[in-house]
Amino acid sequence: MDGNFNDAKTGEQRIRNFNINFGPQHPAAHGVLRLILELDGEIVDRCDPHIGLLHRGTEKLMESRTYLQNLPYFDRLDYVCPMNQEHAWCLAIEKLTGVEVPRRASLIRVLYCEIGRILNHILNITTQAMDVGALTPPLWGFEQREILMEFYERASGARLHAAYFRPGGVHQDLSQELLDDIMQWTFEFPEIIDDIDGLLTENRIFKQRNVDIAIISEQEALDWGFSGVMVRGSGMAWDLRRAQPYECYDEFDFQIPVGTNGDCYDRYLCRMQEMRESLSIMQQAIKKLEESTGDVLARGKLTPPSRSDMKTSMEALIHHFKLYTEGFHVPEGEVYVAVEAPKGEFGVYLVSDGSNKPYKTKIRAPGFLHLAAMDHICKGHQLADVAAVIGSLDVVFGEIDR
Amino acid sequence: MSQDLQDLGALIESKQSDAIVGYEVNAMGELVMQVIPAALPKLVEFLRTNRNCKFSSLVDITAVDFPSAAKRFEVVYHFLSMYMNHRIRLKALVAEDEVVPSICEVHPSANWFEREVFDMYGILFSDHPDLRRILTDYGFRGYPLRKDFPTTGYTECRYDEAAKRVVYEPVSLVQEYRQFDFLSPWEGAEYILPGDDKAEGAK
Repeated sequence: MDGNFNDAKTGEQRIRNFNINFGPQHPAAHGVLRLILELDGEIVDRCDPHIGLLHRGTEKLMESRTYLQNLPYFDRLDYVCPMNQEHAWCLAIEKLTGVEVPRRASLIRVLYCEIGRILNHILNITTQAMDVGALTPPLWGFEQREILMEFYERASGARLHAAYFRPGGVHQDLSQELLDDIMQWTFEFPEIIDDIDGLLTENRIFKQRNVDIAIISEQEALDWGFSGVMVRGSGMAWDLRRAQPYECYDEFDFQIPVGTNGDCYDRYLCRMQEMRESLSIMQQAIKKLEESTGDVLARGKLTPPSRSDMKTSMEALIHHFKLYTEGFHVPEGEVYVAVEAPKGEFGVYLVSDGSNKPYKTKIRAPGFLHLAAMDHICKGHQLADVAAVIGSLDVVFGEIDR
Repeated sequence: MSQDLQDLGALIESKQSDAIVGYEVNAMGELVMQVIPAALPKLVEFLRTNRNCKFSSLVDITAVDFPSAAKRFEVVYHFLSMYMNHRIRLKALVAEDEVVPSICEVHPSANWFEREVFDMYGILFSDHPDLRRILTDYGFRGYPLRKDFPTTGYTECRYDEAAKRVVYEPVSLVQEYRQFDFLSPWEGAEYILPGDDKAEGAK
């Protein structure tokens, strides 16, 4: 029992902090997160996230599979924007083997990475709005996500786990009709953004729940190793697409939105603006795609021969068989490759021993670091703010638990 | 770019010569530095504060297991400077019974990474505020990312209808765990093909 109640008038009662379990099954936890919260009244004193409930041992499994077999694991990390993850894996292999990606494949990758970014931001913005009490944004947003996933399906055959980016290019070429449809969508989508914008941006409740919540200064963002929107919301214009351009991002014209206060609301605004920038990148990419018609795979050891070659050439047939059984060998070495995934810097540290399987892969997920700062951010906030903070951190447990 | 990194490596080595074993800019254009584990906190602090380095954020900590090496583990640190726009990789060789000093004091973000390395490889970090397992199950035994840990693990769990709770049992597989090896026997497969062992005796 708390305290000594026989002298309630004069003696101060001894009050003990209250511990609650937030999760592992909680609608606002965005997956399987268990938080042990120590509460002083309604103020969070300590927050200890227990993660690993979705741990599948991806890194261990990858060590016993070939490079190509490992690719689909990346779809299953951050299942909100699968292709951005695949991209990092392909880039790491291409860097170690020194393969040059054909221009058309490079443009298609940029196009689909930006689709992934919009997929992610729609989900994050709308579910975060749901966490703080709004129901309509997710309903509107998910309709758009469905359209985007149809674009995924038309390119790769799968709505979610696409396995579309391959070392050396992309798996299939896109038809002109698909490109036209994507182009058409980029003109229609701003209206939806405006609708969501109208619902949330000046909404009194939304602002009360987000403005000045979880303010992160520039120094804090650096100390806790943040990346992506989490640093941009705090006023640093840091974007790997601009700072350390990969693929062909250096020829695209886009702006990097930054926040000023570093609170949840600024991060929301950054994400909204980033979706608009992504649309512009997509339009540029589709325009460029019209001019560059060519192969979408760098034909060589890493990629399968064309179907027509396989029908006529014995060597091509053998190559195809060996590629999908033994796989390709990656020269000995190590590399760290990072891409600007929608959530932040997604990196792959790959150590190769020259065989057909990676010796060691480390997946560096942005959400891992963001969630690690949970205790620091939540301290002193109300219990109700915890849900808003988790939403704004943009955590997905596929990538955090790996 | 690689010349800049070369210069940076030379600068760090001259200032922190007692912490560094050697450095190189590898074929991928990355600055890689071999360091002495005991000197890590001091070196990382230097990298963070020095005007030319400014490695302001920690990107990643992980380890690589080389079971046959004298010092089994290689603990790998990645740092990024958002101000100078460059990266560095630090590598420290650590034996199985050695303890690595924690860098949580310098980079608070190292906390979870060191927990993960401890969880996956069993490498201990001294002065870590809270060195618990992070990704594996409560009460898990063993270090999964070590090369001698089987991919299937040792135990499996299921819900037991009779006991009305989750029970842990040793792994039992209905068929042998299949580890296909498609390496070409002409290039580098290090095993005897079935039947080859008889070749000597048949003569």
